[in-house]
Amino acid sequence: MSTMYQVLRGPEHFLPPAAASMGIRLPDPGQAHIHGKIVNEDEAMEVAARQFLSAKVPTIFPGPLVLWAWNEKAAGKATAIRHLYETLKESVTASQQAMLIPMPDYRPKYPKINPEIEINPNHPNLTIWHNKIDTCMFVGVHCHQANLSLKIIRGGTYCYTIAMCAQAGHEDAMVSFRDATADKIMKLADWVKKLKGSVEPPKD
Amino acid sequence: MSKERIKIAPEMFDIMPEEYQDLVERATYGKDGRGWKDIGTSKELIEEHSLCAGCPESMAFRYILASLPAPEDTVMVGSTGCTSLVFPHVGVHNIHSLFGNQNAIASGLKRALSVRFPGQVKDVVVLAGDGATVDIGLDMTLQAWFRQEKFTTICFDNELYANTGGQESGLMQKGFVAKMAPVGKTFEKVKLPEIARESGCHYVVNCTVSKPNLVEKVIKNAIHVAREIGPTYLQLYTPCILEIGKNSMEGLQEMRDSEKPTERFAYKEYVSDQAKELLTELAAKEKERKAAAKKQLADKQLAGKA
Repeated sequence: MSTMYQVLRGPEHFLPPAAASMGIRLPDPGQAHIHGKIVNEDEAMEVAARQFLSAKVPTIFPGPLVLWAWNEKAAGKATAIRHLYETLKESVTASQQAMLIPMPDYRPKYPKINPEIEINPNHPNLTIWHNKIDTCMFVGVHCHQANLSLKIIRGGTYCYTIAMCAQAGHEDAMVSFRDATADKIMKLADWVKKLKGSVEPPKD
Repeated sequence: MSKERIKIAPEMFDIMPEEYQDLVERATYGKDGRGWKDIGTSKELIEEHSLCAGCPESMAFRYILASLPAPEDTVMVGSTGCTSLVFPHVGVHNIHSLFGNQNAIASGLKRALSVRFPGQVKDVVVLAGDGATVDIGLDMTLQAWFRQEKFTTICFDNELYANTGGQESGLMQKGFVAKMAPVGKTFEKVKLPEIARESGCHYVVNCTVSKPNLVEKVIKNAIHVAREIGPTYLQLYTPCILEIGKNSMEGLQEMRDSEKPTERFAYKEYVSDQAKELLTELAAKEKERKAAAKKQLADKQLAGKA
């Protein structure tokens, strides 16, 4: 199925259509997608790294699957994510602020979450607005919650979304990887390092 | 879930909100003899909640969660009502069922857990309001008891539908006039504790939540009996202060007034012979555990002095 639809930065509108319903399909193993177009994974790595380096507030949102040490694999991914974050911090200029904000679970919290220190899938826009996040990456979030959040973000914010998914990827992200492993996250960190200094930082 | 799995990845510990760090480091998962006295000295499994100020249900929640014998191996099943507003904040696995369906869900869950984790203790505890337990879900409540399903049913009895503005419920007392029941209840409060006993429950208690030590005792008894023998039922008076025209600080007094010997929430308990035997055995073991702990502490102090 071919489509003219592109998964682009929002705010799209209050209820953006699910990208899957607009004909966007998921990548096969070894592939990724950029704005809904299936590409080679390396191409998407470069685009994701460039997005991080050109953002004012590049942010990683680790979810429960990596925040909690369920098993060795999860702990390994947590180590890789931390490495990516540290690399990002070292690679951006003083005018940029890299962040690592957790999504510890999916409970709707009352009266509200503290957007400075966490993100909740039921209203991710609060954390994005509060911290002025313009590029983010979801990793270790269960797919159904990630889909919900990615749609809300696309609907109501300007934030560029990247999904580092351990399953089949996310149509609703602007860049989506699939079959995420600790090695793949490390590879993205290598791309960030490699492109350090070659990407123009954001203008105020 | 077991206690060993409630661990934050070391690289992520510093970014986790404080409440999660506290849950891992200061909560009483896996602690022997946990109880209401841990409140104030450890991380509670419920802290912030969305109930009204002074709501006795919030007290009940705190005491119950502090008294669960094994919260890390417990799944709670809730239903529609004020309780369903609290469950999202609770640090224990929980499921929200359709209104009235809670005992059917719990039956399936308990059976599935026994198959999935043979030889391991997995407690299932239903916690629902009087509308879900006695009116809308009476069929499911009774059928679970008839089938001798091994889980505990707790009913937070506030004697009306509080959440929706005060409609009459089966557990409302006769003659009571509520905001949405202006004529007044024309028939007696349903005698569910007696029905529970006749339906096969092995441990049944009707009381208020004014005394935390009593709540702890009945919760532990009910869960242990359900684990080993069969269904148990607790009917706890948690008055809706708004719907009965009281102020925030009057909930406790309302419960104290209602538990006097001639009142409808005077302490009432039914224990089957089988359950009596088990509880005697457990009490002896608990006594031994406390004596051993006391001795250990004394030895430690002695060694410190030496």
